[in-house]
Amino acid sequence: MSRVLAADTMPIRSEGDIVGVRQLVRQHGAAAELSLVEQTKLVTAASELARNTLLHGGGGKVEVESVEEDRRRTIRLSFIDSGPGIEDVELALTDGYTTAGGLGLGLGGTRRLAGEFEIDSVPGEGTTVTVRFHTRVRG
Amino acid sequence: MGEQQRHSGAEVASFLLEREAEIIDSWRRLPFFDSGDGDQAQVERDCGAVVRALAEAVRTGDEDDPAAAPFNSLRGLFMELAGRRTRFGDSASEVAVEAGRLKGPVVRLWKSAGGHRGVEQTALLVDALGTLRVAVMEIAVSTSAELIQQQQEQLLELSTPVISLWRGILAVPLIGTLDSARSQIAMESLLQAIVDQRAEVAILDITGVSMVDTMVAQHLLKTVMAARMMGAECIISGIRPQIAQTMVQLGIDLEEVTTRAGLADALAFALTKIGYQVTAPTGAIGR
Amino acid sequence: MNALPLLRIGDVLLVSIQTELHDELALRFQRELAEKVADEHIRGVIIDISALEIVDSFLGRVLHDIAATTSVLAARTVVVGMRPAVAITLVELGLSLHGLRTALNVEAGLRQLGIRRLDVSGEAR
Repeated sequence: MSRVLAADTMPIRSEGDIVGVRQLVRQHGAAAELSLVEQTKLVTAASELARNTLLHGGGGKVEVESVEEDRRRTIRLSFIDSGPGIEDVELALTDGYTTAGGLGLGLGGTRRLAGEFEIDSVPGEGTTVTVRFHTRVRG
Repeated sequence: MGEQQRHSGAEVASFLLEREAEIIDSWRRLPFFDSGDGDQAQVERDCGAVVRALAEAVRTGDEDDPAAAPFNSLRGLFMELAGRRTRFGDSASEVAVEAGRLKGPVVRLWKSAGGHRGVEQTALLVDALGTLRVAVMEIAVSTSAELIQQQQEQLLELSTPVISLWRGILAVPLIGTLDSARSQIAMESLLQAIVDQRAEVAILDITGVSMVDTMVAQHLLKTVMAARMMGAECIISGIRPQIAQTMVQLGIDLEEVTTRAGLADALAFALTKIGYQVTAPTGAIGR
Repeated sequence: MNALPLLRIGDVLLVSIQTELHDELALRFQRELAEKVADEHIRGVIIDISALEIVDSFLGRVLHDIAATTSVLAARTVVVGMRPAVAITLVELGLSLHGLRTALNVEAGLRQLGIRRLDVSGEAR
């Protein structure tokens, strides 16, 4: 039995939106009573992925959803763009790999922060990166 | 579900609903329904809910599916009853045995009621009561697992004390088996204590740790790196020879980590680090 | 207008980041700080990030670049007040910030820059 506690969608079109995504995701994390460290990881992951969507995907949107099932809460973030896509996903996940002149920690680093990490990319069509953070509901 | 079975199901369902009052009367004193507050009206309401769910299950042909809607509707009630018992130390199987006691009175009532009681109908009723027991067992197992987890977490927090050794120096002595969860908690409490006590040096003493695996070694390393980013130095002391060997074999690079043989050496290093001079009084050397 | 208010104490600059920076603002801050260090013969920079709830790889890189740039300009930068949760997250992210000087708080940062006390006039000694 799962229950959706909250669901939001937000466009990512500018750098200001990255800050907006952080704030939205922080609200979800606080409502799900994530520990401080988990919350920090969640918001940091959101920030990294939102910037990826903007810089590599040419903008897009994020879906944020908090779900409760079997005394466990899950926050799902999906970053969706219709940009050029990623040719070699494994390579893109390697630390230090960068096409935008950054540190190249965006994807690989985010994978280490999240409980679950999925990437779905079709060259020429776009990329969807989904991360999930889990927390147990305190009895 | 065949026509015949649907017919039997309806028959058993109407038996249960017609005799609800008698069934409740035979159940009300069973320990299974004891919610601990002596509220008899509540016990009767709970019994009634179980009777109606059983009737619904045989009517819809769900008598052998503990996850089906009729049994699912009892989840909240079972969680309350089973949860109470597991908190008092009853095992999941003990709770299931008590749930099994619901069967006897109902079957007796069914047989004594006279008329033609077909084998198929009796089987349906017995199935439904058996499934009820399975549903209770499942919930009891998951609540006791949860309870164990909670107790483990509490124990974890108790087992990682942060000790202030000197102004600006703190220590976390770790004892026993370090697993990933425990080293995570040790890491978080150490780093928080660094901020709270404005400690410039923190000592992670692992003299009492019997074994270190890759995950734990990584956690230790991450603690040192995180402390450094916050502006504090983290020393690891008491790495026993076997553990040092394991760490080398695991390919863990301790190059950048300050290590000391024992807590005393670590404290001496820490004191020097914050500007004290550690010297032995004259004549004490070599003692 | 400055991206962030810079407080000058003697030949030390103190910056306290109080709000979440978006990327462009962080880069402007980096530029302005470098100019100020060069123009005003600054010897040390203290960046207080104790109010920040997150530091992502972008801001981490900006902090790292500030330290490297000021070092070329013969000044030292100390980042102070990083929260434990932020530090843990940065380590997980894989950002080690090698070579970055850090301290627990502003006082400890000043000590690291070799400043023991501040005169009433604000002159650092």
